[in-house]
Amino acid sequence: MSLDLITSEGHRVGGETEFDAPLAIRGLTVSYGEKPAVFSIDATFQPGEMTAIIGPNGAGKSTLLKAALGIVKPLSGLISAWGQPMASQRARIAYVPQRASVDWDFPTRVLDVVMMGQYRSLGLLSRVRNDHRQIAMDSLERVGMAQFADRQIGQLSGGQQQRVFLARALAQRADLYLLDEPFAGVDAATEKAIVSVLQELRAQGKTVVAVHHDLATVPDYFDRVFLINTTRIAEGALAEAFTQPNLQAAYGGRLATAQMGAAI
Amino acid sequence: MTGSEFVPLSLPPLVIGICAAIACAVPGNFLLLRKQALIGDAISHVVLPGIVLAFLVTGVVSAWPMMIGAGVAALVCVGLIETIRRLGRIEPGAAMGVVFTAMFAGGVLLLEQSDTSSVHLDVEHALFGNLESLIWLDATGWHSLLDPAALAGMPPELWRMLITLLAVLAMTMVFWRPLKLSTFDEGFARTIGLPVNLIGLGLVIAAAIAAVAAFDAVGSIIVIAMFICPPAAARMMTNSLEAQVLWSVAFAVLSAVLGYVLAGYGPLWLGFENAVSAAGMIATVSGVILAIAAAFGPFRTRHGVPAEI
Repeated sequence: MSLDLITSEGHRVGGETEFDAPLAIRGLTVSYGEKPAVFSIDATFQPGEMTAIIGPNGAGKSTLLKAALGIVKPLSGLISAWGQPMASQRARIAYVPQRASVDWDFPTRVLDVVMMGQYRSLGLLSRVRNDHRQIAMDSLERVGMAQFADRQIGQLSGGQQQRVFLARALAQRADLYLLDEPFAGVDAATEKAIVSVLQELRAQGKTVVAVHHDLATVPDYFDRVFLINTTRIAEGALAEAFTQPNLQAAYGGRLATAQMGAAI
Repeated sequence: MTGSEFVPLSLPPLVIGICAAIACAVPGNFLLLRKQALIGDAISHVVLPGIVLAFLVTGVVSAWPMMIGAGVAALVCVGLIETIRRLGRIEPGAAMGVVFTAMFAGGVLLLEQSDTSSVHLDVEHALFGNLESLIWLDATGWHSLLDPAALAGMPPELWRMLITLLAVLAMTMVFWRPLKLSTFDEGFARTIGLPVNLIGLGLVIAAAIAAVAAFDAVGSIIVIAMFICPPAAARMMTNSLEAQVLWSVAFAVLSAVLGYVLAGYGPLWLGFENAVSAAGMIATVSGVILAIAAAFGPFRTRHGVPAEI
C-alpha cells in the first residue's frame, strides 16, 4: 500500500529510487498535545550519506527520530526502510538515544550494555556465545573503550557513556544508524572518536542520521543537512541546503548572522 | 526442638514466609529500578476491598473467591493509577498514593459496615495475616514429608505460595533480557521491537499475583516490606543486576527465618511471656537489614551523578 505513495513522487536520488532508501519518511505528523511537534515531514536518507538534523530547540528533531523508529506514535505518515514497513526491518536499524534518557546508576557493566545491542538476535533464552562477546568487545574497541569493559556504567564520564551507547549501536551491526544528540555534553576527544566512527560507517556505505546542535561543526562532520522547525525547511547536500536563507528560515531571529557566517 | 515438634508447628509457616518473601522480593528489584516500588504498596492495600467484596458476594471466607476478588481489585487499582496518571498528568507516585489510600479506606468502611463480625475477617488480619496459625497437624516428624497421607493435610496456603514462587521465578528467568533492557533503556528496547508496554504490564501483574498470594498467608505488612527492603538493600551490595537479584533473595530468606525465630523466641529470651507477630517481626528485620546495608554496603554511594553538560 505504501508502494504507490512513495514511488509516485517519482524522482531519483543518486541512482537509487526513493523507494529503496534505507529510510523514507512521508507526511509524518506527531503531536504530544494540541500543537504538532512535527508537521507533515518528508525526508529521505540514502546509503553512504551522513546527515545532520538541525533546527532550534523544540523544533521536533528528536521527535522526528523517535517517530521514524516507532518509539512515539505518529498521528499520520508513512515510515519505510528499504521499501518495507520500518517494523519489519528493525534488525538493520541501530539507535543511539540521548545519554540523559537513562539512569546511569543502573546496576550493570559497560560490556553488558554493549551486549544489549545483540538482544534482538539473542532472543529470550539462547546462550551468550563467544562470538557475541567478541562482537561486543570489537565494538568497544572501535570507540576506544575496551579497557572499560568491566566498569560499572555510573563510574564513566559523560563522554565515555556516550561512547558506550555508540558501541552498543555498533554491536547491532546495522545498516542504518540514527543518533540523538551524540555530541551533547561530551569532551573533545570523545567528539573526535565518535566522528571518526561515523565517517567509517559512511565509508562502508551505511546510512548515518544524527540530531546535531553545533552549527559550526556541521560542514566538518556531515555531508548533508535536514533543517527542521516543526515543518521541513530544507533537505539536501551542504552546498544546496546549508545556506544562510535556509538557516534564517529555520532559526528565525534567534540565530545571529555572525554565527551563521562562522558556520558556513 | 525435635522434628516431631518443629515439622508440624514451625516448618509450614517458615516455608510459607520464605516463599512469600522471595516471590515479592524478585519482582521488587525491577519495580525499584523502574521507580515503581510503591506499586507493591498499592497492590497490597487494595486487596482489602477486593476480599471484602468477595466475602459480601459469596458469603463465605474461602480462599479462591477472595484471591479472585483481590486479583480483580489489584487490576482495577493498576488501571486507575494509569488513568489518573494520564488524565491528571501527574507523577506516578502521586497517582498511586491517591488510588491505594482511597481504595484501602473504602475497604475499611465496607468491612465495618458489613456483617463480617462473625467471621475471621478484620483489618488486623489483613495487615498481619495469620502466619503462626498455618500449622500442619498431620505431621509427626520429618518423615511426614514423604508421607502422601500426611502431606494432604498441609495448609493449602503452602502449595499456593510455592506455586506462585515457582511461577514468578520462571517468568523472571524467561523474560530476563527484555525485563533488564526495558528497565534500563525503554526507548532503545522499543527500537529493537520489544513490546515495552506489555512487559511493564506483565511485571505489574506478576507483582500483583505475588502480592495477592502472599497477602492471603502472611498479610500485607510483609508484602510491602519485601517488595522494597530486600531489593533496596541488595542494590547496596553489588553493581550487577544479576547479583542484586540473588542478594535480594538471600536477604528475603534471612528476613523470613530471622523474623520468624525472633518473633517466636525473642520475647521469651527477653523475659516476656507471649510471642509477637511473626509478620511484623519479619518486616522489621528486613528494615534493619536495609539500614545495615545502607550504612555498610560496599556500593551504597550513587555513581550516576549527572555528568557535566
